[in-house]
Amino acid sequence: MTTAINTPGAPGRDGSGQAHGLDVIDPHRIRQDFPILHQEVNGKPLVYLDNAATTQKPQSVIDAISNYYLHNNANVHRGVHTLSQRATDDYEAGREAVRRFINAPDANEVIYVRGTTEGLNLVASSYGRKYFKAGDEVIITGMEHHSNIVPWQILGKEIGIRLRVVPFNDDGELLMDEYEAMLNDRTRMVSVVHQSNALGTVNPIPEMVELAHAHGIPVMVDAAQSIPHMPVDVQALGADFLTFSGHKMYGPTGIGALWGRAELLDDMPPYQSGGEMIRSVTFEETIYNTLPHKFEAGTPDIAGAIGLGAAVEYLESIGMERIAAYEQALLRYGTERLDGIEGVRMIGTAEEKGGVLSFYMEAAHPHDIGTILDSEGIAVRTGHHCAQPVMARYGIPATVRASLAFYNTTDDIDALVKAIDRVIEVFG
Amino acid sequence: MASDLSDLYQEILLEHNRRPRNFKTLDDPTHQADGFNPLCGDQISLQLKVGDDKVHDVGFQGHGSAISRASASLLTQAVKGATSDETMAMFDEFHKMLTEPDAELDIDLLGDLEMLAGVIAYPTRIKCAILAWHTLKAAMDGENVATTE
Ligand SMILES: Cc1ncc(COP(=O)(O)O)c(C=O)c1O
Repeated sequence: MTTAINTPGAPGRDGSGQAHGLDVIDPHRIRQDFPILHQEVNGKPLVYLDNAATTQKPQSVIDAISNYYLHNNANVHRGVHTLSQRATDDYEAGREAVRRFINAPDANEVIYVRGTTEGLNLVASSYGRKYFKAGDEVIITGMEHHSNIVPWQILGKEIGIRLRVVPFNDDGELLMDEYEAMLNDRTRMVSVVHQSNALGTVNPIPEMVELAHAHGIPVMVDAAQSIPHMPVDVQALGADFLTFSGHKMYGPTGIGALWGRAELLDDMPPYQSGGEMIRSVTFEETIYNTLPHKFEAGTPDIAGAIGLGAAVEYLESIGMERIAAYEQALLRYGTERLDGIEGVRMIGTAEEKGGVLSFYMEAAHPHDIGTILDSEGIAVRTGHHCAQPVMARYGIPATVRASLAFYNTTDDIDALVKAIDRVIEVFG
Repeated sequence: MASDLSDLYQEILLEHNRRPRNFKTLDDPTHQADGFNPLCGDQISLQLKVGDDKVHDVGFQGHGSAISRASASLLTQAVKGATSDETMAMFDEFHKMLTEPDAELDIDLLGDLEMLAGVIAYPTRIKCAILAWHTLKAAMDGENVATTE
């Protein structure tokens, strides 16, 4: 295999600025950290381009999880014995790592959840049920993942709130004038995706927050797709709640985090109830525990939290600025290569976007493309990406989505392009 | 999935995808059903005209992958003129072909349907191939909706 920066002949590598950024990371060194990548699939080297669905795990994350089970397994916050203390320390170190990673003021504002879906449900359920009443409005956007649509819809049916949806243009950019016009004194919440999983669009969160805050409206950010690929600083964004999944940021499944401002979380009722979340229970009355434990009922995913902490440390060791720069360069390279193929229509062409190459071909259905790509060892996602309203907006049933990580190379993109040529061969 | 891609996308299958047979709506259907494959968004509507226990006409509409489209096209050819018992026998045989490796198959009964035999090597695609048949069964059973989930 050649190195990513020195392969001549392909576009975007002539040093004229297009390739700028590809040299900030050596993906071949990075790939050594990811054991799973070194395998063949269907007789071809695996090309993993389904990172928006879930990312692969570095050895350090795998080690942190097995180390916990091999040496420290015990319940947290419960025992006086040594193992319990170790488990608790590592579990809480994960929380502190997350706090640092997103620049939250206080680790107690970081609540472990199962993932983005649970983070969104927690806020809709706890904050929504406490503060929303009939006639109130919640603003989302037309490019939300189903997990940022359905919880509000359910609440809408229960309480009678109205969901307002900010539209976007053909490139996949929000119509900010329409957003601004939607904000009014019935609006109780703005809940918006930071980076769209279907389109790659990066939304202007600070601007949206400023407009919402001018009306005293809190903003919830779905950072599932942004946090693995760019620096995310909750204070710089100005958000009030932000949530993400561990498994999309090189950590394990089953764990994620919700961050919220302490003054908001403090006044919110618990989401689930049981052990850990209470301070004292009699049969007459329960006094809730303090943050973050109030929202962490039951024995948590301890190994997951430790794995998440390890993922954060791994990302910090490379640096999110560098990761973003590299992936942006790879995105430019990929966009240029795919754009050059006749019959390929890119879906999601926003000025500000992350490493998502979503496309549609008239000649072949996405599912057939996915099968042909898989036969070449290339993993992509085909379908509606849990964003059916986005598909409807473009009048297509599904797309093929190649999504990038910093272990991907220009060779991966070239393999994708070659496999698409094969699709054209088959489907003419 | 060691199978060769050309076993799956045979030229004749691609031809059915490009030019599906009986891709039409019927004026006076006696049975009809809609089928969905939530996984990939495939959707088909199937209509039948059945009288004296015979399928006199059949048509389908919808969108989906080449596999699901060609399968629907082949289905319409296979069941036209068949009795309901023959239709169900084809359903069972087709199902067996796609789900039981090394099964002994009634090639005469399957006819052109056999060209979808290669799908068995692609587990993620079996639902695409079988969607039209589930929809047919739903229509014959008087149910209006079929899904592969
Ligand atoms: C933008 C976005 N939000 C939310 C989710 C849901 O994440 P999870 O399934 O990890 O809860 C996803 C995952 O696909 C996503 O891409």
